[in-house]
Amino acid sequence: MARLIRRLGRRVGRMVEELGRLAEFTGHIVTVTMRPPLRIREFVDEVFKTGVLSILIIGISGMAVGMVLGLQGYTTLVRFGAENSLGAVVGLSLIREMGPVLTALLTTGRAGSAITAEIGAMKATEQLDGLRMMAVDPVDYVIRPKAWAMVVSMPLLSALFIVTGIAGGYVVGVDLMGIDSGTFLSSLENAVDFRDDVAGSIIKSVIFGTLVGLISTYRGYTAAPTSAGVSAATTSTVVIGSVSVLIFDYFITALWGV
Amino acid sequence: MNSQPIPDSDAHVRLDRVEMAYGNRPVLRGVSCAFPTGAISVVLGGSGSGKSTILKLIGGLLRAQAGRVLVGQRDITSLKESQLYQVRRRLGMMFQNGALLDSLSVLENLAFPLREHSHLSREEIQARVHERLFAVGLQDVDDLMPRELSGGMVKRVALARALMQDPEILLVDEPFSGLDPLSTKLIEALLVRINRTLGMTMIVVSHHIPSTMRMADHVVLLLPGCVVQGVPSTLRDSEDVRVRRFLTEDTDTSDQILAHTQDFEAGEHKPQRRGGA
Repeated sequence: MARLIRRLGRRVGRMVEELGRLAEFTGHIVTVTMRPPLRIREFVDEVFKTGVLSILIIGISGMAVGMVLGLQGYTTLVRFGAENSLGAVVGLSLIREMGPVLTALLTTGRAGSAITAEIGAMKATEQLDGLRMMAVDPVDYVIRPKAWAMVVSMPLLSALFIVTGIAGGYVVGVDLMGIDSGTFLSSLENAVDFRDDVAGSIIKSVIFGTLVGLISTYRGYTAAPTSAGVSAATTSTVVIGSVSVLIFDYFITALWGV
Repeated sequence: MNSQPIPDSDAHVRLDRVEMAYGNRPVLRGVSCAFPTGAISVVLGGSGSGKSTILKLIGGLLRAQAGRVLVGQRDITSLKESQLYQVRRRLGMMFQNGALLDSLSVLENLAFPLREHSHLSREEIQARVHERLFAVGLQDVDDLMPRELSGGMVKRVALARALMQDPEILLVDEPFSGLDPLSTKLIEALLVRINRTLGMTMIVVSHHIPSTMRMADHVVLLLPGCVVQGVPSTLRDSEDVRVRRFLTEDTDTSDQILAHTQDFEAGEHKPQRRGGA
């Protein structure tokens, strides 16, 4: 029993230590962000890699999820004679919950893992040390643009997911199940409140973007400089990133009602 | 043991009783040595003796756990990271595998330090890059990516990049590793020419005894438990048999080599010999 408690204590100690390092790392990113140069070119490059290259996967996934929501929603609502509310069900589910969360999970897997692997490989090949020796802070040149690109891309990708999702729900509800187009759209419009739903959704995805951006860059930056180390860091980004998104989602919803 | 110590006034870089360990494995134990201004110093030693660690300590990439590392007259062991960046502007480092930024072309890699730290125009930077590339014997490689370069070319581009900011001290990590004899001689000639023309202090870590003994003005030899330093000719005639064996070209038979390796095994890692034949 004592051994179990000791082991638990050690593990909690390590976790607190790790959180401390992550906080220090976050502080470092904030500090370099406030210093010139702005590194616009690097930032735009990263937005392209994180955001633009994720458009296809987010668009296709959004459409598929919207179609499933439309189908499931219709078969459930029709039992209560409430199929005219399909627009509201599809829209609210996507805007409030599924858009930000699924986008964050997909982006963690697609772009977050790539960020970790890239930074880890740069560390393993001494490129980060090379930058330091040229008197350039790697957190400034490599980490900052990647982390900010994730924060900016996430709400945009989430918006894309929601739009394609609603389109998918519309196709199933209106074109396949025969709900009136005007009914679908007016139910959507009446149910969605900009401040409570849309703004909340944007805030949620900005928080998720910050979370995934920090975890993926931190994991790459602290990866052991070996191929096994980079591989473990990449796996850890996907696992920790995804679980954190789901846990944070619960608390944001519970505390702020978003 | 510190043979032929360098006077303080002549030393550009000095290590004073430096201790360094990776986890539980000690690498440097109370190492003191000096690197004279304007000379080519070569650090020699067996694998794991801490040669590359010395370069990283001088560059501030690693912190000494005890002792002092003096660059110029400044002790860098107590400096903050932001202060270290000021010191690094006076240093250049050629990494063993180049450490070129693989997302940038050769031209962009070389232009990078100038773009970061100077106010030169694009044309001026490009001219400086071409000048440095020419100095290392390369032309028409501007648009090549690091992955398209051969091993020897990577070394030369890395050397050119290390020279971009006219450093006072050039740190060179294993410049001859993985190169054919011709490329080895080329890099050796380049390093000597750069030292003679630009007059910078060079600290080279290498395993390649013939090249290093030809080019070195000063040798620091890391042996288990002690550091021996001096000019190559004196060390070659050293009374210490381990020093002579390390520095002399090997013509021994395999059996003799097997017998000699015991001399280089670190004290605490030396296998305990049991009694009996």
